[in-house]
Amino acid sequence: MWNNESFRVKVGLAEMLKGGCIMDVTNADQAKIAEQAGAAAVMALERVPADIRKEGGVARMAPISKIREIMAAVSIPVMAKARIGHFVEARVLEALGVDYIDESEVLTPADDENHIDKHDFKIPFVCGARNLGEALRRIGEGAAMIRTKGEAGSGNIVEAVRHMRTIQREMKALTVLGKEELFTAAKNLQAPLPLVEYVAEHGKLPVPNFSAGGVATQADAALVMQLGAESVFVGSGIFKSDDPETRAKAIVKATTYFNDPAKLLEASEELGIGMPGIDVSKLPESELLQTRGW
Amino acid sequence: MVALAGILALQGGFEAHERMLARLGARTRQVRLAADFEGLDGLIIPGGESTTMWKLLHEENLVEPLRAFVASKPVFGTCAGAILLASKVTHPDQEALCAMDYTAVRNAYGRQIDSRVTVLTPEPEFEDRTEPGDLEAVFIRAPILRDLGDGVTVLARYLDDPVLVEQGPYLAAAFHPELTDDPRVHSLFLGKLGHATG
Repeated sequence: MWNNESFRVKVGLAEMLKGGCIMDVTNADQAKIAEQAGAAAVMALERVPADIRKEGGVARMAPISKIREIMAAVSIPVMAKARIGHFVEARVLEALGVDYIDESEVLTPADDENHIDKHDFKIPFVCGARNLGEALRRIGEGAAMIRTKGEAGSGNIVEAVRHMRTIQREMKALTVLGKEELFTAAKNLQAPLPLVEYVAEHGKLPVPNFSAGGVATQADAALVMQLGAESVFVGSGIFKSDDPETRAKAIVKATTYFNDPAKLLEASEELGIGMPGIDVSKLPESELLQTRGW
Repeated sequence: MVALAGILALQGGFEAHERMLARLGARTRQVRLAADFEGLDGLIIPGGESTTMWKLLHEENLVEPLRAFVASKPVFGTCAGAILLASKVTHPDQEALCAMDYTAVRNAYGRQIDSRVTVLTPEPEFEDRTEPGDLEAVFIRAPILRDLGDGVTVLARYLDDPVLVEQGPYLAAAFHPELTDDPRVHSLFLGKLGHATG
């Protein structure tokens, strides 16, 4: 089911987003700034994660009028977020024709046990993950792209690094196991066996693996790319900084030239002050977004 | 001879092309700097976002090196790459390299929900020069190629629209042969570089 024709078309768009930045935007003006700066796609939402964190309350799918406005403003793909398990919000986004749906822990979960059956949709989904088991469960449900969760709205890269390293390490570990050990690995990972077998054989996920949650600077973007991310989601980092246009351009440049220190220096030259950050280790468990979903 | 093919790697589906070329025995190089064009036998411009590619080409002063390379060597563009190679781009209007004589209409089939995998029957000329058989085509937010000039040969069509076209040293596909198991389109391109496949 996870490698049929429809799934290949969904993964195909994720392939085309590789080496690029997907930027959170809340209106048409921000979407245009993102496109002008070279974003490969934008994520339409009502409030960026830093504001959701600050203001609290229930965070839901963005108003349709906002998403329409953003879709009309740019020619690059437009993604939008639905709450975890809220398959009706997802149906509405599908009917609207967004290019990708993010079943996102940044919004308040609608179902504390089940995620959306994403195979049942024509629109591809991206989902967050903190480890390999979580990534493979989401792919089993039909996600065509995985992003590390990090800690959205924190301006702190430490969680994104932890999640990317964890997934990479757990994938490497599978590649050295014997065939008979994979059944137990699947049990321990709480992940579907065919996907565990795929990772053991190829050493990578069957869908692109992007990074999200805490990218605030061009150096953060290059760091997660060097750790194995194939693209970068930037949420609050751009429009919560004092220089969104310059910062957006610098992050795009750093994502393309993540392995080229001279270019990374160029990308760093003009930058001012980034968004204020949060020490994630001081956040109470109840304020963490990454623990939403399982 | 074993060809050295560059793949423009500013953003997009460059890795899938790399895998396909490696499978055909060609050497590859990811192109991100002007110096990377040096010594290449040909270039692939992959799918991705053409707006993003243009931004980075300008920002990194790569437009002139790219134009100079395109003027002298074989180039193959898929999807966004086919948009860059066009003589004119619409929906919305955008600059173009003007290497091939057609107009590219961006996202002309619609948004992602209209993306699809389909099977095409290529023109006899394609089969004669490669191998016979239908061609699987993955369309992702694909452009439509219109107003073809006299020098452009159609190698495959989908719903009457040309989707694989050739003009001298250039090849352009509105779809993504790099996302399938069928190496014939890449093999045709490598032939232009003097690479012997198989």
